[in-house]
Amino acid sequence: MVDEALLRTLTPTVIGILGRRGADFAAAEDAVQEALVEAVRVWADDPPRDAKGWLVTVAWRKFLDAARADSSRRRREELVEDEPAPAPCPGEAVDDTLQLYFLCAHPSLTPASAVALTLRAVGGLTTRQIAQAYLVPEATMAQRISRAKRTVSSVRFNQPGDVATVLRVLYLVFNEGYSGDVDLAAEAIRLTRQLTAMTKHEEVAGLLALMLLHHARRPARTGPDGRLVPLAEQNRSLWDTCMIAEGVDILQAALARDRLGEFQAQAAIAALHADAPTVEETDWVQIVEWYDELVRLTDNPVARLNRAVAVGEADGPRAGLAALADLDPSLPRHTAAAAYLHERDGDPATAARLYAEAARSAPNLDERAHLTRQAARLNAQLRGGTAT
Amino acid sequence: MAKYLLLKHYRGAPASVNDVPMDQWTPEEISAHLKYMEDFASRLEETGEFVDHRALSPEGTFVRYDGEGRPPITDGPFAETKDLIAGWTVIDVETYERALELAAELSAAPGAGGKPVQEWLEVRPLLTPPPTITE
Repeated sequence: MVDEALLRTLTPTVIGILGRRGADFAAAEDAVQEALVEAVRVWADDPPRDAKGWLVTVAWRKFLDAARADSSRRRREELVEDEPAPAPCPGEAVDDTLQLYFLCAHPSLTPASAVALTLRAVGGLTTRQIAQAYLVPEATMAQRISRAKRTVSSVRFNQPGDVATVLRVLYLVFNEGYSGDVDLAAEAIRLTRQLTAMTKHEEVAGLLALMLLHHARRPARTGPDGRLVPLAEQNRSLWDTCMIAEGVDILQAALARDRLGEFQAQAAIAALHADAPTVEETDWVQIVEWYDELVRLTDNPVARLNRAVAVGEADGPRAGLAALADLDPSLPRHTAAAAYLHERDGDPATAARLYAEAARSAPNLDERAHLTRQAARLNAQLRGGTAT
Repeated sequence: MAKYLLLKHYRGAPASVNDVPMDQWTPEEISAHLKYMEDFASRLEETGEFVDHRALSPEGTFVRYDGEGRPPITDGPFAETKDLIAGWTVIDVETYERALELAAELSAAPGAGGKPVQEWLEVRPLLTPPPTITE
């Protein structure tokens, strides 16, 4: 049994070591991918004592083979044929991995390219696994990755990067959830956790807390019939309390440093939900305050929409509908939020009509099914009402 | 990224600008048209936006369940069905605008007289998996 988790953890370190020996990023990354494939093939029968040493040796050989095969790289070959640089000390390995995060999330990349490159070079996933997770053919994903590598080929490997771009990429990976044989949410948590060990940035901690607090609810997110269970209806005893405690600890330590950012604010909202033993005990007043912070920090229309729903819980559905009236009706989930608030306001006929309308424009199947069920429930109730 | 279906109709879409039935084209024009379609798919593959590309036979049969223990019941083909799908391309792109741009590119495939067919393509978003964070 090959320890794929170990292989994936070692991937960025080995790329970093090849980089220090003179390999450019694209060539180093290719060589390490080939070494990973070989490891999966060979290690099952013959596991090495020093996994990292094995990977470095094999990847370096792959790199030299490729450099030799490519005659246009003759000059570089002469450069790298010299005795390789000594292995980096642990501090340098951390720096290399951090640089790799920055490079793979470089602002010149489109979000999808940054995601794919991060999963391969930092996460150590194969192109096939990434392609399966994003439901595209392997050839398409291979092209996306090689284009991304070309885009960043002129970026100097040791340039300082912006941690905010890295966080956006990791957030995207997490939010994609679960499809194919790779658990992207778990992978995003692993990569963010690894990042928190390398940088003390409050927002990195905030994002990790946010991920843990949402991931903790996963056992309750799907019912036995496989359908999506909304937060208000989840069986809270299924939530992972250890993970919640870890998320809350990380968040509190970050908040104590008093440099608030959007991920800390989002995590604070998730923490307040996690803190409520029942949906009725949710502290909506505090949640609205955090949404105010979030809107102030990001001016994100989705945050404004969620704020309106929270206002509806804190101050009553009329207040929620008033907050909603200030927002662009073409926002995603605007109609669904209006339907919910109208039902709470005691107007099931309007709510049923809006739920059905929201279902028609739902962006995913689970949401469409959920909204259709809400409309059907209210319509049945209304029919029952006229009959009596 | 979001996935879109570019749907090509035999019938049911508004008339193309260069609206000459394919059996009236020259063999060279037909070859040029098919080559354009292939090249379009290869270009998409190179840009990392390709998902699927299929053509359908126009002849189809309607089938339905006819009760326990009975064979499926079939009907058709109906020569005069209002809407008839010719094929599709599925793309995975960064924006809706990019989906429109690619649909327009596909609609520019050469037809009679070597001029673009300018047929109407239907662009429809595929439903996605639900996001993890919704609140």
